[in-house]
Amino acid sequence: MFAFLYRWLDERLHLDELIAPFKHKTVPRHKLSYWYFFGGITLFLFMIQVLTGILLLLYYRPGANEAFESVQYIMTRVQFGWLIRSIHSWSANLMIFTAFVHMFSVLFLKAYRKPRELTWVTGVILLALVMGFGFSGYLLPWNTLAFFATKVGTEIAGQVPLIGRPLMIFLRGGEEVTGATLTRFFGFHVAVLPGIVVVLIAIHLFFVQRQGMSVPPKVEAEWTVNPSARREMKFFPNFALRELMAWYVAMGVLAALAALFPWNLGVKADPFISAPAGIKPEWYFLFMFQTLKLIPSKVWIIDGEVLGVLGCSLAGLLWLLLPFFENEKSSRAKAWVTGISIFALVYVIGMTVYGFLAQ
Amino acid sequence: MASLRNNSLFAARFAALAASLLLAPSLSAQAVNSCLDCHSAQDGPLQVTPEKFSQDIHAQKGLTCVSCHGGDASSYDPDQAMSRKAGWKGKIDRSQIPQLCGSCHSNPAFMRQYNPSLRTDQLDQYHTSMHGKRLAAGDTKVAVCVDCHSVHDLRPPSDPRSPVNPVNVAKTCSRCHSDVALMKPYGIPTDQFANYSTSVHHEAMAVRGDLSAPTCTTCHGNHGALPPGVDKVQNVCSNCHVFQAQMYGKSSHFKAFQDKGLPGCVVCHSNHAIHMPSDAMLGVGPAGVCMKCHAPGDRCDQARASILGNLTQLDASIKDADQSLRLAESAGMEVSEARLTQDQAQDSLTKARVTIHTFQTALVDADIQSGMKIAAANLKAGRDAMVERNHRRIGLGLCLLAIAFMLVGLWLYIKKLES
Amino acid sequence: MCADHAPDPSRRRAIEIFLGGGLLASLASFLYPVLRYFVPPAVTDLGGDEVVAAKLGDLKPNSGKIFRFGSKPGLLILTSDGTYRALSATCTHLGCTVQYRPDLREIWCACHNGIYDLNGRNVSGPPPRPLTVFDVHERGDEIVVNRKREA
Repeated sequence: MFAFLYRWLDERLHLDELIAPFKHKTVPRHKLSYWYFFGGITLFLFMIQVLTGILLLLYYRPGANEAFESVQYIMTRVQFGWLIRSIHSWSANLMIFTAFVHMFSVLFLKAYRKPRELTWVTGVILLALVMGFGFSGYLLPWNTLAFFATKVGTEIAGQVPLIGRPLMIFLRGGEEVTGATLTRFFGFHVAVLPGIVVVLIAIHLFFVQRQGMSVPPKVEAEWTVNPSARREMKFFPNFALRELMAWYVAMGVLAALAALFPWNLGVKADPFISAPAGIKPEWYFLFMFQTLKLIPSKVWIIDGEVLGVLGCSLAGLLWLLLPFFENEKSSRAKAWVTGISIFALVYVIGMTVYGFLAQ
Repeated sequence: MASLRNNSLFAARFAALAASLLLAPSLSAQAVNSCLDCHSAQDGPLQVTPEKFSQDIHAQKGLTCVSCHGGDASSYDPDQAMSRKAGWKGKIDRSQIPQLCGSCHSNPAFMRQYNPSLRTDQLDQYHTSMHGKRLAAGDTKVAVCVDCHSVHDLRPPSDPRSPVNPVNVAKTCSRCHSDVALMKPYGIPTDQFANYSTSVHHEAMAVRGDLSAPTCTTCHGNHGALPPGVDKVQNVCSNCHVFQAQMYGKSSHFKAFQDKGLPGCVVCHSNHAIHMPSDAMLGVGPAGVCMKCHAPGDRCDQARASILGNLTQLDASIKDADQSLRLAESAGMEVSEARLTQDQAQDSLTKARVTIHTFQTALVDADIQSGMKIAAANLKAGRDAMVERNHRRIGLGLCLLAIAFMLVGLWLYIKKLES
Repeated sequence: MCADHAPDPSRRRAIEIFLGGGLLASLASFLYPVLRYFVPPAVTDLGGDEVVAAKLGDLKPNSGKIFRFGSKPGLLILTSDGTYRALSATCTHLGCTVQYRPDLREIWCACHNGIYDLNGRNVSGPPPRPLTVFDVHERGDEIVVNRKREA
């Protein structure tokens, strides 16, 4: 049946030409090949998000007086609504996690080196956008925790010098976090961000398809010396089938998490109560949040929060441009980047744990 | 006494001279009140300062020292200011105070000029009170108007700083009634305030700020203060506790208590130390009230045990259902319908606790049974919700099985392709 | 690919069963919840800040009815001069459900004889606080009750 369909389309669209490059696509095989799966898993989780997100759109109502109730409705009245919503929430967190893993694996396997600098750049932008997805989506159930987390988060954004205040008002849709903020975040979450991210993913994947998979430096060196040691796996069907297995495992993990630990609803947000003690952002922002908390309120003449925000922004910018600091010829630059990579990983994990344990 | 008088007269003369010199410029600006000018410089009970007197409602309405004490307020010469010819009365004798106050406050035509809605029967009521009766018999230690209302800084009762504002009444009464030495000659106990302070009425007023909660004067009267009388106590309670009083009035205990000369509600609930009632009052422990009269094992004891048993059972059922619903809710199940009827079950329990006052097991039982039915249904709803949750786990299991199958299939396929 | 030996038929069978069966089963277990999800539930009311308490004509003048507002009871009253009023029906004393008394033209709590006026103010008996008043308005033939919005 598939063969018939293929022939029918091929007659009209000359699919053979398009598919030809993919038939020859290979994936290098070495000890560290398993890390190659993480990009695909992140993509798979993104597709789950789009699918479950569209399903949630059928019942969700984005207004301060209805949002919470509509999520409650989905959780308690819609058939399998609890499942769809819990999968959406768990998959969001899992996707951000696998995105980080993917980034760090690319970092340590040095896949960002020339000629793949742009892939890295689009990837870092994608990571930031994905965290934006998390931040905007978190507010949508309109519960107390989300309300105050958004308040604090946008407050911090407002600390950026010069553009901070307009930025905060842009994000909040006003001076304070209100129903207007909810509507705006909804717009970002279901229209603006998906549009940008889909385009960026397409570009990111296009680069990967054009340039093929990168090989870690050591393995590269080995294979240059000993070409017969080179091992490759065909993408179709070998690697693809393995990737499919990984996706099925991810699906199983998601189903189990959603069924055993359904995402909780919380209490409807009340703008007039005081913030609950110890308000924290979601785990993926913890390392930045904790960093900010550690900076003293005034450093010399500069306000501590402003310094923190500027510092984080600068770090982000440098991270974006990381491939351009490394040079094939300079082993010193390479050592520096490796050192910073290790530091970054330890820092992110350490601060996240610290943020969890701190009051 | 006389020398003291002479000394104070001398001081007054000196003060008068000094005052007239200092105040001369302003003397023409306002009405002269030599009384205040001199007496603000006095010590002890003779001292009345303008700051104090300005708080007085009478001063604010335009009355002066002369209105009650007589005399001539325009003169700084004590002989002239405090002369009998000028109508000076001096310190008003305690036994004369009610009459003095009543000379205005019992005059409706006079009071109408100031506040037409003020009552004018206080003096009449006072004459019927224990305080009034004893005063008429010559006892000046009892309370007169100024003891409760204060004097020279007399505020209206609606002012929270007034000693007769509802929140302050109990403290004002306790000034005398908790004084052991003072109450000894009368043989009146002095534990009322201490007991009242532990009561639920006090808590309602002082803690929850409910100004309509009863204080001493609510049950005893204010101007006509007298305890209600043993056979009339339940009339007083019934003003607020309508249902309980109605039920009690028709019950077996009403006649029984009356015949024995026992005060209705007070026997079980106390008069001053009225605590929040609990099911333990039906028990056999220290809080139990039934066994104070009834013998263990008799018909009444059995009824008591039955009522207590039913109440405890319903309370436990409601709590069980609550627990079950909470569990279901935290697992994400929808149980709001059941939550709504939980309130109804709680209503039944509340009603049953009121029906106790009929002292008829059958009536209490009727309330209990309707509550039990609802609680049982809600328990079932909670359990059903958990069953649904278990269904989800089975569903998960099947899904994971399917995934496992697929993984095995893929693995075998890959193996086959690469062999 | 190796052509040394023909694929073992039982092996092939096994692959077919696992792959085919697994694919079918897993897709079914994904699709089934999604398809069920599309079916709208019987109750469409969100039960949040707004609820349809009754239909026009449900109530006679000078009568009241208990309706459900979320998981708490509410009281809808049609006064004798034709205005609708809606309040929380949970007594502020000990939580019993109050009712409208046409003979008293006031709201009454059967548990301890608490009385509220039609504005929810506690006028007699033990209730310490007034009842929460809701907004009512007519929408077509429905009587809609909302929580009061903050100014």
